[in-house]
Amino acid sequence: MENTNKRYWKGVEELRNDPAFVKNANSEFANPDANSASDPDGLFGGNTQRRDFLKAMGFSVAAVSLAACEAPVRKATTYLNKPERTFPTISDYYASTYVDRGDYASILVETREGRPIKVEGNPSSSVTFGGTTARAQASVLSLYDIDKLNGPRRGDAAIDWPTVDREIVNQLNSVASRGGAIRIVSSTVLSPTTKAVIADFVARYPTARHIMYDANSAFGIIQANQLSFGRPVIPSYDFSRAQTIVSINADFLGTWIAPLEHAKPYALTRKVGAIGNGKKEMSRHYQFETGMSMTGANADYRTAIKPSQEGLVVAALYNRVAAKLGGTSISAPAVNVANLDKAANDLVQARGRALVVAGSNDPNIQVVVNALNSLLGSYGTTIDLNTPVNYRQGNDQQFNAFVDDVKGGRVGAVMFFAANPVYDHPRGAELAQALPRVALSLSFADRADETASLCKYITPAPHFLECWGDAEPRQGFYSLMQPAITHIFKTRQFESSLLTWAGRPNDYQTYLKNYWRTNYYPQASGFDSFDAFWIKALNDGVFEPNKGRAAAAGGATFAGNLAQAATGIAQRYKPTEGMELALYESVNLGTGSMANNPWLQEVPDPVSKACWDNYAAVSQKTANDLGVQQNDLVTVTVNDKSVELPVLIQPGQADNTVSIAIGYGREKAGKSANNVGKNAYPLAGIVNGHVVFAAFNAKVEKAGGTHEIAQTQTHDTVMGRRAVVQEAKLADYQKNPMAGRYLPKVETSEGPTDPTNITLWHGYGKPNHSWGMVIDLNSCIGCNACVVGCISENNIQVVGREEVINRREMHWIRIDRYYSSDAEAEDVKGLETASANPEVTFQPMLCQHCSNAPCETVCPVLATTHSTEGLNQMTYNRCIGTRYCANNCPYKVRRFNWWKYFDNDNFDYHFNNDLGKMVLNPDVTVRSRGVIEKCSFCVQRIQEGKLTAKKERRRPLPDEIQSACAQACPTNAIIFGDMNNPESTISQILEKETTGRAFHVLEEINVRPQISYLTKIRNKDQVPQQETRQESQV
Amino acid sequence: MHVTSAVRTPLVTGGKTYADVTEDVSRQVEGRPTREWTIAFTISVIVLLYGTACVFWTWWEGLGVWGLNKTIGWAWDITNFVWWVGIGHAGTLISAILLLFRQKWRTAVNRAAEAMTIFAVICAASFILMHMGRPWLAYWALPLPNTWGSLWVNFKSPLVWDVFAISTYFTVSLVFWYMGLIPDLATIRDRARSKVSRYIYGALSMGWNGSAKTWARYEYMSLILAGLSTPLVLSVHTIVSFDFATSVIPGWHTTIFPPYFVAGAIFSGFAMVQNLMLIIRVVFKLEDYITVEHIESMNKVITLTGSIVGVAYLTEFFIAWYSQVEFESYAFINRATGPYWWAYWAMMTCNVISPQLFWSRTIRRSVVWTFTLSVVVNIGMWFERFVIIVTSLHRDYLPSSWAMFHPTLFDISDYIFSFGLFFTLFLLFAKFLPVVNMAEVKAIIKSSSEKLPKSVSGVAKGERVTNPAFNKNVE
Repeated sequence: MENTNKRYWKGVEELRNDPAFVKNANSEFANPDANSASDPDGLFGGNTQRRDFLKAMGFSVAAVSLAACEAPVRKATTYLNKPERTFPTISDYYASTYVDRGDYASILVETREGRPIKVEGNPSSSVTFGGTTARAQASVLSLYDIDKLNGPRRGDAAIDWPTVDREIVNQLNSVASRGGAIRIVSSTVLSPTTKAVIADFVARYPTARHIMYDANSAFGIIQANQLSFGRPVIPSYDFSRAQTIVSINADFLGTWIAPLEHAKPYALTRKVGAIGNGKKEMSRHYQFETGMSMTGANADYRTAIKPSQEGLVVAALYNRVAAKLGGTSISAPAVNVANLDKAANDLVQARGRALVVAGSNDPNIQVVVNALNSLLGSYGTTIDLNTPVNYRQGNDQQFNAFVDDVKGGRVGAVMFFAANPVYDHPRGAELAQALPRVALSLSFADRADETASLCKYITPAPHFLECWGDAEPRQGFYSLMQPAITHIFKTRQFESSLLTWAGRPNDYQTYLKNYWRTNYYPQASGFDSFDAFWIKALNDGVFEPNKGRAAAAGGATFAGNLAQAATGIAQRYKPTEGMELALYESVNLGTGSMANNPWLQEVPDPVSKACWDNYAAVSQKTANDLGVQQNDLVTVTVNDKSVELPVLIQPGQADNTVSIAIGYGREKAGKSANNVGKNAYPLAGIVNGHVVFAAFNAKVEKAGGTHEIAQTQTHDTVMGRRAVVQEAKLADYQKNPMAGRYLPKVETSEGPTDPTNITLWHGYGKPNHSWGMVIDLNSCIGCNACVVGCISENNIQVVGREEVINRREMHWIRIDRYYSSDAEAEDVKGLETASANPEVTFQPMLCQHCSNAPCETVCPVLATTHSTEGLNQMTYNRCIGTRYCANNCPYKVRRFNWWKYFDNDNFDYHFNNDLGKMVLNPDVTVRSRGVIEKCSFCVQRIQEGKLTAKKERRRPLPDEIQSACAQACPTNAIIFGDMNNPESTISQILEKETTGRAFHVLEEINVRPQISYLTKIRNKDQVPQQETRQESQV
Repeated sequence: MHVTSAVRTPLVTGGKTYADVTEDVSRQVEGRPTREWTIAFTISVIVLLYGTACVFWTWWEGLGVWGLNKTIGWAWDITNFVWWVGIGHAGTLISAILLLFRQKWRTAVNRAAEAMTIFAVICAASFILMHMGRPWLAYWALPLPNTWGSLWVNFKSPLVWDVFAISTYFTVSLVFWYMGLIPDLATIRDRARSKVSRYIYGALSMGWNGSAKTWARYEYMSLILAGLSTPLVLSVHTIVSFDFATSVIPGWHTTIFPPYFVAGAIFSGFAMVQNLMLIIRVVFKLEDYITVEHIESMNKVITLTGSIVGVAYLTEFFIAWYSQVEFESYAFINRATGPYWWAYWAMMTCNVISPQLFWSRTIRRSVVWTFTLSVVVNIGMWFERFVIIVTSLHRDYLPSSWAMFHPTLFDISDYIFSFGLFFTLFLLFAKFLPVVNMAEVKAIIKSSSEKLPKSVSGVAKGERVTNPAFNKNVE
């Protein structure tokens, strides 16, 4: 068919079909001069086509908008070769040992893909009983402390290990060849193998000597035992066998010697009813102390004494007991304080089951205490001198001599290991001045701390979680330390360094193994080979050949010079009129070695509930006398040293005394610790060569100005609210297990009825599990281990001092501390004021997982809902942040993310750097700003436990699943479990205690919590006048 | 249509004619902005800009910039929210309930009062958004179909009820207000000289032609919307009060809240209307329309509602004692004698004592007294919400969590933001829309049975009757 369409040319070019024309025929906008553009390849160059431009434009717009919407995936790396037995998302546990100076716990380390994320107590240990302290729990964060040194240093310059080794060996040789003294200064070394390494080093350099000192010295006890029994040791104390406990300034649950070793046995004597195996007896605990310690807060009878009365109280107590038991009395000035006669009577009655402990570092006091215990027959029952403990081996006199030697230029080389005397010794300033004159000074500190920064070399030792090692906390009880991660920084273990410099093979793992082969394997039985023994010991974490060995009865006969001690006491302790100072160790920070741990800084003091600061604690009366109020700055002066601190009004503080915590005021520890509080060590005295944490001649003056103390709880009393705290006296409890219970009734037309009988709700079915908790107010000692355990498990953010002052701490579990008040129940103003020497109740408070949860009904978007297992669940993703739930929570346990706390340099507490974030538990979401969070009953653990059970085709075992707080608790005061499982501990306790001690907080509002509390029972006499007070405050 | 009594005092004074009404009201819209308006508007915009910057920072940084804490999760935010919602109530009450009750004096003030309602609700809504931790997800509080599975709102939550209550209230108020505006917008359209204003007001007046049928529809719609709005006057603040009443917090958990909140809302709303109208009548020279009679009537409402509120306060105390619930007793003792005693007594003085002064005829007819006391009442009502929210929360069940609230700069600035927003909107309204409902006011010019002057029916656009005097041309 013929094409009838006419063809028209657009131009002559088309007719001619020029090649140039054909080439460009399809380009709409011809670019006649492409090559002349200045940027021929660029987008904005002359040769860019319209479409290219649009493409580029479109791509850029799309890329920009995509980048804005989508969070980038960062650093997600899969295993190229997956390590054997490491599974992503599955935790591995290694038994190890937490050691920080004399602080010890046998632990299990939870690691995830090779990084430790949590520390748990090791239940195999019969020294720490599977318990943990706040510090042991928090130690995992210190592993990821970015303030640590990343390698060895000479002065401020980083150098490498071979150089360091060469230089140090040269200098050691030159010092040794001159016959100059080499000193290894350390805190208590718990490891026998480390001591062997030191011995090897000393063998190579014979002028070397190892000097141990403790910032919280117990040298007085060691010396007293030398004087009394000829044995320079600290005995082990068995509180579980004590019926009457008298403690004079010994915070044995919080800081004294080995709190973890004391806590559980002590708690055993305090548990009554179903949680105490049906027992209705409990120990009676007297405390004579200056400040209100955590232990004092747990005492049945507490007497506030001035430090100058300490020796007199011990002497008076001894004389009263001696009068009854026929001992020789000693002469000492009389002292008039409450409860002395009562304590003496109870001690005598409990003879053989009595225990007297004293926290003093004065050997005279300890000698009298030894005599007293000996008189009471405590040796062989509550005190075991044959199995001494090693937590404090420091020798104050040796250390003093060392300081003198350094000052006198008699030391050629000094090495500091786990020691920071410039900061934590009263003579630190003298040492700091003299140290630069020592030819070779080096520190094994992990950071350039107060001492290390003055040393010529720093050869950083790794964190204990990166180390091989062992410990012998108590004679014949060994435990192993194994690394849970490879070295994060270029650090080397202290032992490897010493071995290197001693010219020995520096493989400490082999050394350790050999040491155990030689020394401990022979003590073990039932192993085919050393390897089998070694693997078992590594698996268990502990090897305890002395376990179960009974304390040798009568194994100790007091042979001290009592009269001499009495003279010493009479000379030193005289009644004073002025202000006296008592230094004490903080339960959280201890001696301050872990001060750069924001978890510990933010956990409040168990008693004062203050954090991020130390302070001058005074009684209300003393504050009035001084004309100061809380937060006013005062200057505390002892001799010529002074510190300026804010005042904290502490009920229970002895009048005319001021208590200050050590462990604060670090200057070179890192960003979380520097300049937090003031260093109180310089105020400590040295009496007869002993470090003494008291001064009888303190001056306290108003300094002008204020410094606000951050407190997580600012209201001290329970306001007579029996719906909150229910308590009874032991005698009443023995008659009636429901003594002290508050059973409110609601009036209806049919007469009074239980509030729980009136409800709008139909309730939730809990067909499968019903997770719940029982908290024993009687065995909670307030130690904060649960709080830090929860922080560590649930990625809880640290908010810092300012935000705690703003009352915004994020802790999911807190320990409410209530003081009793002298006021009558109707006097609501008076009830706000605590007694001068109050009774104290600790009440752990966390989400109660109410079955009729007020938070759930008010959430507009169903972000908080109820599970079929009794859990009150929080869906962070759904939360829009109205905070209505938090307002409507009667227990005020919900926490709002006021800010973005991670990756935010305003919250510089390790969660703004990649290293710090390695501590995060990958099972728990890090909450964003603007959402509510709260206790989940560790739902991730419940889920994991159920899945494990499911994989093994079984039901979860009773008590198999544990919340972090219950697991951390050293006294088993928190019991978690499935209330639907009749085999579980919680069910068994509740079965008996529902008609006994178990109560719900705020029962009358009928929110039906899943948490029951067991009434607080005080072992107090029924004294009429005290009775009225008791009535008014419960 | 209405029979009027001869003894009634005229509602519009000054012998205004229909033409005068149109002229007096339209003058403000058509003329150049007055100096007073320009100054006021500039200040409002500056305040709004400052407030907006602060609100932006609040959203950017998070609610940490406020003074709230773990114990006190709401303070100024919800106080401001309830306060603004309460203020909004007067407009609806005036336009709806007073319409149904045939209170004709309302016609002079209802336009501005309704506008105030709408702007107050906008301010209140801004605090709903502001108080959220994640305001960008605010739409999750709406029952929208979604792709996340069966995610829905919680119909048990009073906050969801709030969402419905406030949005309904806002919609109905807006429609009611706008519908009332249409005849007046048409008047302005007809008088407009410039093409632009003719176009804009023409579009806004939606083709109003003034036919009898249109007027009839207008009347029907007014009645229907008044019927719809009336329950809203009662329901909105009732539901707002449920935010507190349905909770378990002592001091919140109170059955008296719904009537008490409604009375309080009307109380504060009338006070705010007084403040605004007293300014408008002077600045816009509308003394003949908004007369002392108006002021007195509204003061009577203020006294009545203020007394109801006072009785409610006392009832709360009585019930706290009578219930014998220790937590509730303490909550009320703590209000009066605790650390926030000053807030409580500020509230009592401002809300209970000050309106009682209006029993004196001199005071309630005095412009200065009225203005001052209205300000005092609104301060008192702000403190009422502060007392309910903060003093109840700060010491609830567990003494361990008791805390204090300290406002920060941002608490204050975000509140100031709402004033900037409110006054900017209100001044724009006052300049560009007729502040008095001309159509309805014209209907009440003849409120007595006396005859009208001949010239009263003069055409709006015609020559102004110079110096008209009431009844001067009566035949």
